[in-house]
Amino acid sequence: MSILKISHPAGRRTRVVILTILIALLLITIYAMGIFIPDEAAAGSFLEAGQPPSWKHPFGTDMLGRDLLARTLKGMAVSMTIGIAASAVSAVIAVITGIAAAAGSRYLDASIGWLIDLVMSIPHTILVILISFAMGRGLKGLLIGIAATHWCSLARLIRGEVLQLRSRQYVAVSRRLGRSGGWILIHHLLPHLLPQLLTGLILMFPHAILHEASVSFLGFGLPPEQPAIGIILSESMRYLSTGMWWSAVLPGLVLVLIVLLIDRLGEQLRLILDPGSAQE
Amino acid sequence: MKGIPGRLVRIFFSYSIKMISLLLAVSAISFVLVTASPIDPIQQYLLGLGTAVSPQQRAEIEDYWGVNEPPAKRYLDWLSELLHGNLGESALYRRPVGEIISERFQSSLALMLCAWLLSGMIGFILGCIMGMYQNRLPDRIIKKICYILSSVPTFWLGLVFLLVFSVWLKWFPIGFSGPVGIPESQVTLRQRLYHLILPAVTLSFMSFANIALHTRQKLAEVLGSEYVLFARARGEGDLTILLRHGLRNILIPGLTLQFASFAELFGGSVMAENVFSYPGLGSAASAAGLSGDVPLLLGITLFSALFVCTGNLIANLLYGIIDPQIKEAAP
Amino acid sequence: MKQKDETLLEIHDLSVSFRMYDHGLSQTDLEVISNLHLSVHPGEILAVAGSSGSGKSLLASAILGILPPNATVRGHLHYKGQELNAQRQKQLRGTEIALVPQSVSFLDPLMKAGKQAEGHHRPRTPAPIKSLFRRLELPEETERLYPFQLSGGMARRVLVSTALLTDARLVIADEPTPGMSLEQAMEALGMFREMAREGKAVILITHDIDLAFEFADRVAVFYAGTTVETAPASDFRSGPDRLRHPYSKALWNALPQNGFQPIEGFQPYAGDLPKGCLFAPRCPYRTEKCIISIPPVREVRGGEVRCYYGS
Repeated sequence: MSILKISHPAGRRTRVVILTILIALLLITIYAMGIFIPDEAAAGSFLEAGQPPSWKHPFGTDMLGRDLLARTLKGMAVSMTIGIAASAVSAVIAVITGIAAAAGSRYLDASIGWLIDLVMSIPHTILVILISFAMGRGLKGLLIGIAATHWCSLARLIRGEVLQLRSRQYVAVSRRLGRSGGWILIHHLLPHLLPQLLTGLILMFPHAILHEASVSFLGFGLPPEQPAIGIILSESMRYLSTGMWWSAVLPGLVLVLIVLLIDRLGEQLRLILDPGSAQE
Repeated sequence: MKGIPGRLVRIFFSYSIKMISLLLAVSAISFVLVTASPIDPIQQYLLGLGTAVSPQQRAEIEDYWGVNEPPAKRYLDWLSELLHGNLGESALYRRPVGEIISERFQSSLALMLCAWLLSGMIGFILGCIMGMYQNRLPDRIIKKICYILSSVPTFWLGLVFLLVFSVWLKWFPIGFSGPVGIPESQVTLRQRLYHLILPAVTLSFMSFANIALHTRQKLAEVLGSEYVLFARARGEGDLTILLRHGLRNILIPGLTLQFASFAELFGGSVMAENVFSYPGLGSAASAAGLSGDVPLLLGITLFSALFVCTGNLIANLLYGIIDPQIKEAAP
Repeated sequence: MKQKDETLLEIHDLSVSFRMYDHGLSQTDLEVISNLHLSVHPGEILAVAGSSGSGKSLLASAILGILPPNATVRGHLHYKGQELNAQRQKQLRGTEIALVPQSVSFLDPLMKAGKQAEGHHRPRTPAPIKSLFRRLELPEETERLYPFQLSGGMARRVLVSTALLTDARLVIADEPTPGMSLEQAMEALGMFREMAREGKAVILITHDIDLAFEFADRVAVFYAGTTVETAPASDFRSGPDRLRHPYSKALWNALPQNGFQPIEGFQPYAGDLPKGCLFAPRCPYRTEKCIISIPPVREVRGGEVRCYYGS
């Protein structure tokens, strides 16, 4: 174990960068596979319904004879797309509210604090169900629901960060020099916030995916024809008692694996962008 | 300790005021959301009746529901009914929403309480082990497990448990709160518990990693403190220090966190109840959402917010007990 | 004062170093205490005096055996003539050797003062606590107060009471006076003098040179992790001519009432100690010999000095 460790700091940094690139490549490959697998590959044939894993169908087939590996990969791609979109929207909300709370009046700060408490006071699953219902179910409701529930902690983080930066001397000097709030925001605050934001965004991403899967599993969000990961698992539940373990276990394992990989990617990026945080 | 009761009363009132404002906002927002929905609740209600309805009857029902009134008036009517204890009638179950919630909440409470206690205890014990063996092998292994567990969705874990323990090993039933085919009133406590174990374990797996990591960090802080150094200087051993100073200083922060996580608990129970077909509030919530049962959905949303806020209130009060000691100790 | 030769604690050539990890595998040993000599006798107050950051508090931890795991200790400790190893340290701390720490932060913030004074060994009878608190002029309700409710002086007395409740023969007080008014300081020191009168040995670790000179029976001057001179406090009171080490003389001259002459240069850092005498770089009398090798401890006029030329 210790032999593998490279003691030279520059060497360790290289190692982190290489690992980050490898994880990113792996994720992109899985995503691309999901996008480019032709629909026919996931189309079913009743002759092959309910088969356990084999060389031809590594993940087995479902009750409609559809290849589960192809369906899982396609489903992962759908979930990742939704996760990225929802996280991005969430991050924008977080940046706006976070900066507004820190830079605005005390009244605005208190209002945003109250708003965050409000979002936190409804269990997220219930809130997403409610929003999904309001949007007439479907993709839009799912996206808005997840975006609306994930911005709170990042907003708090950004608020704290901006408050800290605001008290720095060079910001105070800029203000004395008559720089406008916007100028300070662009030249002083954003460059410091960007690394925080990027890692915050990536670490939010697996949460969004897990949430998407959960809500799809409950039957909200995507229509049943879509091979979203939550829907595959929800279908598998019906055949669980017949012993079709592969349809529940294998797609779920892929989901967990992807989430772990993205989590790891976020941690690695943090090591690169903010080396100070690496020290425990 | 003269100051503490006074401070707790202050915390209680100030948080209660905030809680009322939050609950009012929750009621308004959820009302706006269901009103904005393109899904027609009357249609869903009529579908539920299962019989053909004449246009005249439909108009009567619409009148009764007040669909044609302006939304603001409907909201105020609903709110005033709510304050009188009337949450309306569920379209799905054809019964008063209040009744359904109180009945379902009893089942959910049993499930959530078991999971809450279980995750609290497992998390706390694991956190203590990690803290005591900081950066050594047991710590590193448990930490890894905690990180992995926080990436595992509750419902999938439930599926795997169901597969392993119910389908393969046949140790536990597939679902429901009691044996199928036996009327609710005749299910014994033993049977209920038997049906409760697997969902409760699943639900507890969702949150113990969090409490374990929190406990680890708090214990590490305690063990690095000057008062523990002094305790060592007075001849206290590792175990004595854990029991005498560790527990005293990490128990309340851990409990505070556990009370502040009611939202995750409730959200998780929605997933666990659906996987295990457990007839609680969570499965009612998703059923209400899927079938467009607006009164039930609104009722459960409000109730869940009340539940979360109550947890936060308790957390705030607990924090109020130890706050001054901690603050003064670290000037 | 009892006979000098029955030494209670004898420290010989003590070194304490910390293993630090910089990056990955590369590690350095940081020596914070080196070649330290010290002995203390029953019935006396020995002040270990030196400027802040010279590693004095670690000396207390080393005697008690409560250094962090990345510390290594070399040298010999003898207590009552027997070697003081880890096992014996474990037996003796809290019973025969007691520590009086510096501030209220050494008290558990969530434990009542009475319970903390008692310690983890159940008290034989509740009476000693009550009478002891009364003797220390602590109000009746102190027992039931939490640390944050204690005033600074009360906290100090509670800390002292922890040592008095044991049958300790050796009491190590770590910086007992900072932040106190002169009156409070005198009161606190009075308690230690009383302990010494009862036949206990007291080690008073302090950065307050004046206080050490005025109050102790003997003074050990601590510099960069070692003791450069140990001598009767009367020598320190009489002036630089009676002192043996150039650093002690410089310290005396640096006191406000003695002309306030600062010593040039800085105390060396633990990671960057000189090869020879630790004071050599700042010493006006240094020779080639001082720079090359560490001077041995010599007995001079009833004191000990680590200098080739001290007389």
